[in-house]
Amino acid sequence: MDKILRVNMTELSSKIEAVPSAWAGLGGRGLTSTIVSAEVPATCHPLGVNNKLVFAPGLLTGTPAANSGRLSAGAKSPLTGTIKESNAGGTAAQMLAKLGIKALIIEGLPKEDKWYSLHIDKDGVAIKKETELIGKGNFEVIDALEKRIGIKTGLLTIGVAGEMKMTAANISVKDPDSKLRSHGRGGLGAVMGSKKIKFISIDDTDAPGLTIADPEKFKVAARTFAKALLDHPVSGQGLPTYGTDVLINILNEAGGLPTRNFTYGQFEGHDNISGETMHDTIVARGGKPKHGCHAGCIIQCSQVYPDKDGKYLTSGFEYETIWGLGADCCIDNLDDIAQADSMMDDIGIDSIETAVMFGVAMEAGILNFGDSKELLRMLKEDIGKGTPLGRILGGGAVSVGRAYGVTRIPVVKGQGIPAYDPRSVKGIGITYATSPMGADHTAGYTIATNILNVGGHVNPLKKEGQVELSRNLQIATAAIDSTGMCIFVAFPALDIPECLPALIDMINARFGIGLTGDDVTNLGKYILKTERQFNINAGFNNNHDRLPEFFTSDPVPPHNAVWDFSDAEIDEFWNF
Amino acid sequence: MKIVVKLFASFRNGRFKIDEQEHPARTDCRKIMLNLGLTEEEIGVVMVNGCHASLDQTLQDEDTLAFFPLIGGG
Repeated sequence: MDKILRVNMTELSSKIEAVPSAWAGLGGRGLTSTIVSAEVPATCHPLGVNNKLVFAPGLLTGTPAANSGRLSAGAKSPLTGTIKESNAGGTAAQMLAKLGIKALIIEGLPKEDKWYSLHIDKDGVAIKKETELIGKGNFEVIDALEKRIGIKTGLLTIGVAGEMKMTAANISVKDPDSKLRSHGRGGLGAVMGSKKIKFISIDDTDAPGLTIADPEKFKVAARTFAKALLDHPVSGQGLPTYGTDVLINILNEAGGLPTRNFTYGQFEGHDNISGETMHDTIVARGGKPKHGCHAGCIIQCSQVYPDKDGKYLTSGFEYETIWGLGADCCIDNLDDIAQADSMMDDIGIDSIETAVMFGVAMEAGILNFGDSKELLRMLKEDIGKGTPLGRILGGGAVSVGRAYGVTRIPVVKGQGIPAYDPRSVKGIGITYATSPMGADHTAGYTIATNILNVGGHVNPLKKEGQVELSRNLQIATAAIDSTGMCIFVAFPALDIPECLPALIDMINARFGIGLTGDDVTNLGKYILKTERQFNINAGFNNNHDRLPEFFTSDPVPPHNAVWDFSDAEIDEFWNF
Repeated sequence: MKIVVKLFASFRNGRFKIDEQEHPARTDCRKIMLNLGLTEEEIGVVMVNGCHASLDQTLQDEDTLAFFPLIGGG
C-alpha cells in the first residue's frame, strides 16, 4: 500500500500517512509541486521553518519500464524564490518506490544546532544524530556509509555547500557505481542543510515491491517503448556514443554556444571540449563511453571519464557543465573541466549554476577568462572552505554579479541560463523566460526542434512558432517529469508514433486506469498552472518572465541576433 | 568554387573533420553529401554558414557546409 512519509525536524518526529485521494494519480514533479503548493506558504523564507523539502519517485518508478528511475525533489527555492522541482537518477527513486513511499515530506527546523540523518526502511524512518560526517565531501560520505550501513544502501547527501546553505548547493544521489547524480538546480541542498540533514539513507530489504494491475498489457507496452528508445538515432546511437556533450559542436556551428559570459555564440576551442573528442579520449584511456545513471536505463548517456593515467576522474560529465566551464569561461582543457566536475560533485554544488557564476566572476575580474587552474583553486579553497568570497561564489551568478557590479548576468528569476544562447536559439529563450523554475533548458527543450531537427524544425533565428513550441514542450515535459522517466525519452516520443501511446499504456497497466493522451496533456497543464500560481502568491508576475536587458541590446555573433520578443508576445505563453 | 565541408559525430568515421573542397558553380548540398557516400536517410541536420539548410540548397563560393547525423542531448 502506497504511503506518505512525513518527517518533522522541529519535533524530531515522523509519521506514516495514507495517500490522500487527490494525490493518488500523481508522482514525481506533479506530486512534489502539488504538495509544495498545498503546504508551503509561498512567501516563506526558503531556509526557514515553513519551507518543506519533498521527494517523490515517478508514477512508473520501480517498475521494469525502461528509463523510469528518476526522483523528483521539490521545495521553495532559495536561489529563485519560486517553486522548484529538480529531478535526478541514481538508485534512491526505485528503492523508495519499492518501499511503497509515494512521497517523503521533510518539514520544520531543529531547535538545536545539531546535525542529523534520516534512515528509511520498510518500517518507516529513523532520525539519528550525526557527527562523524559533518564537514565531509560527498565521496567520503558515500565511502563511510557503505562501510557503516552496507554497500547496497541508497543515499541522498549534501556536501559542504549544502551544510553552509549556499544557494547553488545541490542534493546528490548515489548511483549504481557508488558515484553521484544530482538534484542540481535551485539550491535544494541548502534547504536540506537548513533542516540540518546531512544524508538520507535507504534500505529496501524486504520491501513490499509494487504491483502491476495488468502485467500482460504492461509487458507489451514496455517492449514497444524500449524498442522506440533503441530505434531512435538520438537515444539509440548518438547519446550512448558521445554523451550529451555531442551538442558542443552543433551549437557552436549554429552560433548558439554562449561564449565568454554570453558575449559570443561560438568558441574557438570548441573541438577540444566536444563530445567527439571526449569519446576518443575515453576510449584511448580505457574508460567507459556509455553508462547509465540508474538500473533499467537503456540510453546510457553517461560515461566514466578517466585521467591521463587511466584512473577514474569523473562520470555523468554533461554538456551543460562542459559548455559552462568550457566556452562560457573560455577553458579548452577537458581534463581540467573534468576535475572541476568531480570537485563540484564532492562539494555538492550545481555544476550549471557554478559554471555560469564563474563566467560572471571572470567578467568581474576575480579571475581571468581561461584560467582553469585558478578556477580549480577557488572551488577547493574558497567555495569548498566557505571563505567570505567562497560564500559569494557559492550563491551563484546573481550573487557574484551583484557583489561586483556586473550588468551582464545571464539569469532568469535568479537562476543561471544554461548552454544555449536565447538570441540565436529563440525558442529556448521563451522557455527560460516563462518556466516557473527560472532559466531551465530541460523545462521545454526547444533545442530539439530549433537545432536538432527532432520533432520537425522551427527556425531558431526567427520568432515565428517559438511560443507555441515552448508551450507544447513545457506541458509535455511537466507530464513526463511526473512519470519518473528520463527526459531523453522525449526524443523518440517526438518522432516515433508508437512511443508516447506505449508510455501511457504502461501507466494505465500499472494502475488499472484508462488515461488518454488528452488526460496526460491536462496533467502537464495542471502542473504548470499550479507552479505558476505558487510563484504569483510568492510575489512574481509576468514582468519576471523576462530575459536580462543585455540580450535585447547586445547582438551575439556570428548571426548578430538579439532577443526581440515583445512583452505581450512572451505573455502569450500562458494562454492555455 | 571553394567549399569548406565539416563533418560531425559518426560521419567523421573513415572520413574527415574538415575539408576544403573545389566544386563547380551551383553545386547543391545533396551532391556533396552523395560524394561523401552519405545517404539522405542518415542526415540529421545540414547547415550552410551556421544556418539550417535543405539538401537542395545551392552553394556559393566560400560557403561552409556542415553535415550532422541525428543527434541530441541536453
